[in-house]
Amino acid sequence: MKPDRVTATPAALDLLAAIRADHGPVMFHQSGGCCDGSAPMCYAVGEFKLGTQDILLGDVEGAEVYISAPQFEVWKHSQLVLDVTKGRGGMFSLDSGRALRFLSRAKLFTPDDLRALGL
Amino acid sequence: MNVMSETSAKFASPFKTRYDNFIGGQFVAPVNGRYFENTTPITGMKINDIARSDAADIELALDAAHKAKDAWGRTSPTERSNMLLKIADVMEANLDLLATCETWDNGKAIRETMAADLPLAVDHFRYYAGCLRAQEGTMSEIDADTVAYHFHEPLGVVGQIIPWNFPLLMACWKLAPALAAGNCVVLKPAEQTPAAVMVFAELIADILPAGVLNVVNGFGLEAGKPLAQSPRIAKIAFTGETSTGRLIMQYATENLIPVTLELGGKSPNIFFKDVCREDDAYFDKAVEGFVMFALNQGEVCTCPSRALIQEDIYDEFMERAIKRTEAIVMGDPRAQGVMMGAQASQEQRDKILSYMDIGRQEGAEVLTGGAAAKLGGELDSGYYIQPTILKGHNKMRVFQEEIFGPVVSVTTFKDEADAMEIANDTMFGLGAGVWSRDANTCFRFGRGIQAGRVWINNYHAYPAHAAFGGYKQSGIGRETHKMMLDHYQQTKNMLVSYNPNKLGFF
Repeated sequence: MKPDRVTATPAALDLLAAIRADHGPVMFHQSGGCCDGSAPMCYAVGEFKLGTQDILLGDVEGAEVYISAPQFEVWKHSQLVLDVTKGRGGMFSLDSGRALRFLSRAKLFTPDDLRALGL
Repeated sequence: MNVMSETSAKFASPFKTRYDNFIGGQFVAPVNGRYFENTTPITGMKINDIARSDAADIELALDAAHKAKDAWGRTSPTERSNMLLKIADVMEANLDLLATCETWDNGKAIRETMAADLPLAVDHFRYYAGCLRAQEGTMSEIDADTVAYHFHEPLGVVGQIIPWNFPLLMACWKLAPALAAGNCVVLKPAEQTPAAVMVFAELIADILPAGVLNVVNGFGLEAGKPLAQSPRIAKIAFTGETSTGRLIMQYATENLIPVTLELGGKSPNIFFKDVCREDDAYFDKAVEGFVMFALNQGEVCTCPSRALIQEDIYDEFMERAIKRTEAIVMGDPRAQGVMMGAQASQEQRDKILSYMDIGRQEGAEVLTGGAAAKLGGELDSGYYIQPTILKGHNKMRVFQEEIFGPVVSVTTFKDEADAMEIANDTMFGLGAGVWSRDANTCFRFGRGIQAGRVWINNYHAYPAHAAFGGYKQSGIGRETHKMMLDHYQQTKNMLVSYNPNKLGFF
């Protein structure tokens, strides 16, 4: 069976629920680069224009999680574990200004997982 | 890692307890009356309250900027240049204060803010003051009595969103060319480091006409986004990460305005075997060049976060490099002699630790460091990471993603072809370092590496008049060079006929 490319901790699900209560349907885009980079950004559905170079990793309770194709190349052997930490950054991400913000952790796929994913 | 223990009682906050926005030459309370707590990453403790602005405050700042822009755009280059020189003088006269503010706000070592951040910021205003005086339009002779004149004109009102890693220096990198070019600015500092820029604004408030510089604090979502989306800005400049960079471009398309972006890197620092040919001053300099990954706690877009060592010298070079890394003195960044201070926020510290976890899972070997640093006393509630060296290969995530911390990932290469392939196997292209005693090797790699800045036999120098910017996903535009003036100017072409005779078409 194919493993999930994205999972979330209970704390991340709580934060997601709180953001949805305020903002409605949301999605995630995993950022790269400096400062607040290498962090998951949470946007209202339709806010962030997805393109041909975005890969859908999966969803967290219906919230789709995307990553850019070049970044997917270096991520594909790991599972994104959506978690939270204390903080208020995130630029235009909907977790901005709350006491908590999303944090990407990772779990390496096992050889069986990789085979199931065709890698 | 060494630790310097200090009692904090002797460090007094350089800040006021509350900062409003700086709009139209005045300090103005946020319309909604809200403030947020600004903490220092040194201890995690609150230092002051900062305006938590929203779209209404951005509109007020844009009102002030638009009111000021016509008169400011008409000032002579001499007048504007002189004002930039005055700003530089005031900053220099208050260098200790501003450096202290920067250290409290960001957590970086006072020796760096005193010796690098502030002197560079001061020099930046002087550089653009000079560029402006020397800038000329052009005149093209189209034919015997037709002439095309090209004039530089300001864009008008521009938006600038500043990162938290060099709060004052990055603000000055963006402000100096924009102001020199005759623009009015609405600037949004990072919410992690909002205070030092307000001290700067206080110091220079009387130099610039009201409304030319406006600083609005608040969160990215609440204040940065309405600025980036505003149809009342003629350009937006941003330093940060890729998803927000894309959103900034997306918003700019809605208003058809230009953007400049600086979005980070994963810079290779390459050490060829001839580095070890002699144990001399140059070898010592090269070892220091390796340890530059720890400058500013690694929170630099050009952090040399991938070290490529020729396999012949790996053991010899790394023995020295590890020793030098372990000699880094951590401690309270406000204390003289401390080399490395705090990461800018808890979330930043946690992200760095999550990458150490990923590196371990991927099989990277920890050569030194590899954990948070416990420094004792009130610093225990600050955000410290041990300078860390990981060994692995270039396909590991710790070699491909920006960690933005004091973490370098080391690998070896066999020959030049191998080194070039590894160096360019990255989605970014901001900085790179090349270390060799052979000028031909240096030149080939300087040209061959796909990055906007290649340091040859030095690293982490940021002088004005050397262009800084990225290839690939590292951004658009070049800062710290007179060419940035072009990014803040329109070109007006006036095509003039000096011939009194008609064409004869109609």
